[in-house]
Amino acid sequence: MSTSLSNTSTVRAGRWVYGASVALLCAWVLVPIYLLLVNTLSSPAAVSGFPKSFVPEFDTGSLEFFASFGGMINALLNSIYVAAITMVLSILIGAPAGYALSRFEFKGKELFRLLILLTRAFPLPLLALPLTVMFIQVGLDDTILGLALVHTTLAIPFAVLITFSLFSGIPVELEEASWTLGCTRLTGFRYVVLPLILPGITASAIFAFVISWNEVFAAAVLTIENRTLTAFLLQNLDTSPLHLKFAGGFILVVPALVFIFAVRKYLFAMWGIANR
Amino acid sequence: MAEILIKNVAKKFETYQALSDINLTISDREFMVLLGASGCGKTTLLRIIAGLETATSGEVWIGGKRIDHLPPKDRGIAMVFQNYAVFPHMTVFENIGFGLRMQKQPESVVQERVKRTASLMHIEQLLDRYSGELSGGQRQRVAVARALAMEPDVILMDEPLSNLDALLRLEMRAELKGVLAESETTAIYVTHDQVEAMSLADRISVMNRGEIVQAATPMEVYRNPAAEFVAGFIGNPPMNFVVADRSENNQWRVAGEYYPGPKSDADQIHFAIRPEDVVIADAGLDARVRLVEPLGAHLHVTCDVGGRMFRAVLDSGLEVKAGDHLKLQPQLDRIRWFDKNTTKALEV
Repeated sequence: MSTSLSNTSTVRAGRWVYGASVALLCAWVLVPIYLLLVNTLSSPAAVSGFPKSFVPEFDTGSLEFFASFGGMINALLNSIYVAAITMVLSILIGAPAGYALSRFEFKGKELFRLLILLTRAFPLPLLALPLTVMFIQVGLDDTILGLALVHTTLAIPFAVLITFSLFSGIPVELEEASWTLGCTRLTGFRYVVLPLILPGITASAIFAFVISWNEVFAAAVLTIENRTLTAFLLQNLDTSPLHLKFAGGFILVVPALVFIFAVRKYLFAMWGIANR
Repeated sequence: MAEILIKNVAKKFETYQALSDINLTISDREFMVLLGASGCGKTTLLRIIAGLETATSGEVWIGGKRIDHLPPKDRGIAMVFQNYAVFPHMTVFENIGFGLRMQKQPESVVQERVKRTASLMHIEQLLDRYSGELSGGQRQRVAVARALAMEPDVILMDEPLSNLDALLRLEMRAELKGVLAESETTAIYVTHDQVEAMSLADRISVMNRGEIVQAATPMEVYRNPAAEFVAGFIGNPPMNFVVADRSENNQWRVAGEYYPGPKSDADQIHFAIRPEDVVIADAGLDARVRLVEPLGAHLHVTCDVGGRMFRAVLDSGLEVKAGDHLKLQPQLDRIRWFDKNTTKALEV
């Protein structure tokens, strides 16, 4: 009797701890985002006033200010261009590497995988200065392409790891079957592998887009005239009033959040492989 | 005409010799089964014929044409994979028609052949389904139909039934045999299941450690195994071996009895007999019964003969129990002899 009683209470306590942890983690992520939202949609007076309201006023003044702010639209477009180039380049370079890792055995394969991860070990500030000097020498400084190249190197490790896990999820027999049915390696890829992997490739591309979209350091160092949205806001928000800081933050966070949410399934798959 | 000629084919993976000097001729329309335990090289050989693996050395000819340098699509083969490999993003119809469309056949031919092979494999009602909506057996049928629709010279099958449950396997086995006999293609079928091999094959190639030990008709392989490995691998329970000591005039002493055997200089050779080829008699091999398994149709009796395990399949009406002493008389024309050292069969 007593064992079953203590069992139930243990189970109950366990459930309680589990529920509390989940709630805590959710709050950890959601509360700042919610506060950001509330303050973005509040009038300047409410943002700097006290006590705080936890219900947004739906005052779009701050957002309207940004829409008409000089250079803002230009920076937004720059961000989109850079992110788009990063997206295309990182898939064009990353996906073949992912395919090779999943399908072929070659010398130094493990080392290659390690090196891919190691590219993330160098802090960007360490690389930014020499890069800037190099970019000035070759004329890539303050260009969209130059920044996109840097962002591509940041995004490639993820592109390789995600596509590696995607390709590994497709049985090699499917490809072999296509070869015995009249396909070459290329047409087999085109008709069998590509249709199966396309959703994942899209997700991986969006992830690369988000990496570029969110990147601020390289953008701030490498561009002066052609600032991306992050660099532009960093530069201008520093001296802006509080309510504009909130609105600027909100503008940056929301697209990234939406994209990440859209591709979450594939990102989890990537971590599954990376953890092995 | 699609005779297959395999000449001196060898395959080495890094340091591991998967196949060593394989020579095999498979005649047109023959059903050849490659039989062996896992790791014996049978699948590697099949994949070399298909072009999915390259041989380290040797030649492969199909229909008088050397093909070992060609990609799979130009070899006139079709293959059925162990895990079916049905394309998940295509309907059954598109799967079966995939090869034909790759060959750029006119749409009327595609329609006609897909429908014909689908009805041959009894899946015409599934043509609009996707592979995720099919059972294992249905997927297997799609895989076979997809290969047959190509009307290949040679159809290669890699353990196609091993993922099916026992009952379905029996059903598909019989069906495959009928369909392939009608299709008039040469077939190579890889399996580790000796019953499947016996029931399907025109000829069986028994493989062991990267070599073909014997290639012969099922009955020949069963009755006259070329080596102890074949004798022990085929048949359930497998052949019995007892040590035989040399005596006068090519007579050999086996567990207290004398039998006429081969000429040999060896002092000891192996006497071999199938479990069903012995009967209880007044004289014969001295046997002490260890275990009796009544299986309904037969009685499986495990005994001790000459210090070795010896299995006999006896009439189920007999009353035998553990501890009994029996005299087991072998049917004289069924006795086989093997060299103790080379394990090869000895001619009488």
